Amino acid sequence: MIKLEDLHKSYKIGNSSLHVLKGINLNIKEGELIAIMGSSGSGKSTLLNIIGMLDLLDNGTYRLDNVEIKNLNETKAAKYRNKFLGFVFQSFNLINYKNAVENVSLPLYYQGIGRQERQQKAMKYLQKFGLGDWSKHLPSELSGGQKQRVAIARAMVTEPKVLLADEPTGALDSKTSHEVMNLIQEINNSGKTILVVTHEEDIAKMCKRIVKLKDGIIVEDKKIKQNLIKSNV
Amino acid sequence: MNSLKVIFDYDTWQEIFSSIKKNKVRTIITVIGVLWGIFIYITLSGSSNGLDNGFDKEFENIAMNSMFIWTQQTSMPYKGFKTGRRPRLKISDARVLLNSVPDIQYIAPRNARGVFGGSPPATIVRKSKSGNYNIYGDFPEYTKIATKKIFKGGRFINQIDIDLSRKVCVIGERTKKELFVEGEKVIGEYVKLDDVFFQIIGVHKYIQGGGFETDGDIFIPFTTFKNIYNTGEKVGWFTIAAYDDSNVVDVEKQIKSTLKRIHNVNPLDERAISGFNLGEIFNKIKGFSKGMTLLSIIVGIATILAGVIGIGNILLISVKERTKELGVRRALGATPSEVKTQIILESVFLTLVSGIFGIILGGLVLYGINVATTDIDSFPYTNPTVPVSFILAALLIIISLGTLIGLIPAQRAVSIKPIDALREE
Repeated sequence: MIKLEDLHKSYKIGNSSLHVLKGINLNIKEGELIAIMGSSGSGKSTLLNIIGMLDLLDNGTYRLDNVEIKNLNETKAAKYRNKFLGFVFQSFNLINYKNAVENVSLPLYYQGIGRQERQQKAMKYLQKFGLGDWSKHLPSELSGGQKQRVAIARAMVTEPKVLLADEPTGALDSKTSHEVMNLIQEINNSGKTILVVTHEEDIAKMCKRIVKLKDGIIVEDKKIKQNLIKSNV
Repeated sequence: MNSLKVIFDYDTWQEIFSSIKKNKVRTIITVIGVLWGIFIYITLSGSSNGLDNGFDKEFENIAMNSMFIWTQQTSMPYKGFKTGRRPRLKISDARVLLNSVPDIQYIAPRNARGVFGGSPPATIVRKSKSGNYNIYGDFPEYTKIATKKIFKGGRFINQIDIDLSRKVCVIGERTKKELFVEGEKVIGEYVKLDDVFFQIIGVHKYIQGGGFETDGDIFIPFTTFKNIYNTGEKVGWFTIAAYDDSNVVDVEKQIKSTLKRIHNVNPLDERAISGFNLGEIFNKIKGFSKGMTLLSIIVGIATILAGVIGIGNILLISVKERTKELGVRRALGATPSEVKTQIILESVFLTLVSGIFGIILGGLVLYGINVATTDIDSFPYTNPTVPVSFILAALLIIISLGTLIGLIPAQRAVSIKPIDALREE
């Protein structure tokens, strides 16, 4: 699904340049649930941003579903993100003056889908994630776990090829963290490829594969026995 | 999505409304800025238009390119005549002037008693009542230059009256009140005017602002006047109207130099042939109201500009505050042009709504002023309207200014990379 070859990325800071990714080779197959781990500054967020087409690579190749992603301008990147990728952020990033169902239907709006259909699809995902009764609530009226589930519904509503989660449990307590991870596991079990960036060991252990980054290179890449969470939502 | 579809799309407006609604107070204050600008523009241009109409109304009873010409004592010796002689205008001068100054449309020689000193007013007697009134000897042409409203049933002096030197007169409405009983028949009745009986052929309505004339004036045929008062060929003054498209100042110069030639007055003598040029004064007033209109447009547009800049400013702050939201939208698939369009539409929408409210408010104020000044005759202010073209121009200006000013925050919004926007806390 995702194939990275010899990926390099550096940032200019004043006159000096900071080499963040120093040749990443990674092959992610369809249906994988992969945790990207590393301490801060290891380059894990940069990697996720490049995969998420929020940032451009300097050298190397990036293939998504056998299509090489290159020569991206903003408009093209926006279309790709909308079509192929779903984002889940640490701080949820819900739009605070839109209610749950409006937030979830927003990506469909940018696909040019009609209002009725948007509403239906958004409601379907909210109900699927147990938020049917909360569809008319503003983000400020939801708990952290509910907010993150709305955010996941928003990421899933376009039926993307890959779900990218940047510290999805970073702002949640351990109980709600488990609920969210349970949801992610369920989505993965239905066949979706998911990347989770985290620095928490127990969260990583709920994935099927762990990739550890240190100073811009992959230091460890192992398949693990997934720690399945019992559904208690 | 093409741009036209975006504008008429329900969802576009949903997005715009929800983001505007988020900051109600700020939106209202911004809207008031532009509203005020449009309001000033509409009120000022409407008022100056009202002033313009008011001046037109004030002068509607007299030809706007008319003048009076009379004589005074010479101030220079010429061709053997010494200083201090007063040339006399003659009835034959009218013919000469008409021939030598082609721009003259009408010329009406006039004589009078009771005005400009000299001769006393005439004594009018009817039955037991009597009074003293100013009396004018006139040609029918006079009504082409200065409108005389004659009450129903009557008429002004006509050419036959002149030819036959009829003893007929047009009296004023005050004279009628003083000499007749209410409801009594007036037209066709006789009055004794300085011991000669005259038949009344009309009663004129007094119009304010007509110069030295009053509501008691009596008009008789010029030729009759000449016979009764023995004025011979003498003319008190000429009332002259030039053609609409002629330059009244030039016409006045030509008339004066012609008269100087006829009456052997030094061409450099400024005093002997004197005149009052209504057209020139009218042009000055017209120029003044044109200036007012221009001023109102400049002030109005400047105020609108200030308001629109305010909107741009607010949107810049709003974009800054919404950096993260815009970043999220872009991560979810909003293209830069979609983000830009949204912000520009917000700007145009705000300016347009406030503009329309400003126009309505300005219209109401103008209506109020109109109602308040309708009954005041002395105040030259009539029908303060704003031409539709002005309103359309104003709307066009605010839409284009709104778009232009919206470009700045829109550009700012997409200049931040989505990744940086998301990182912002």
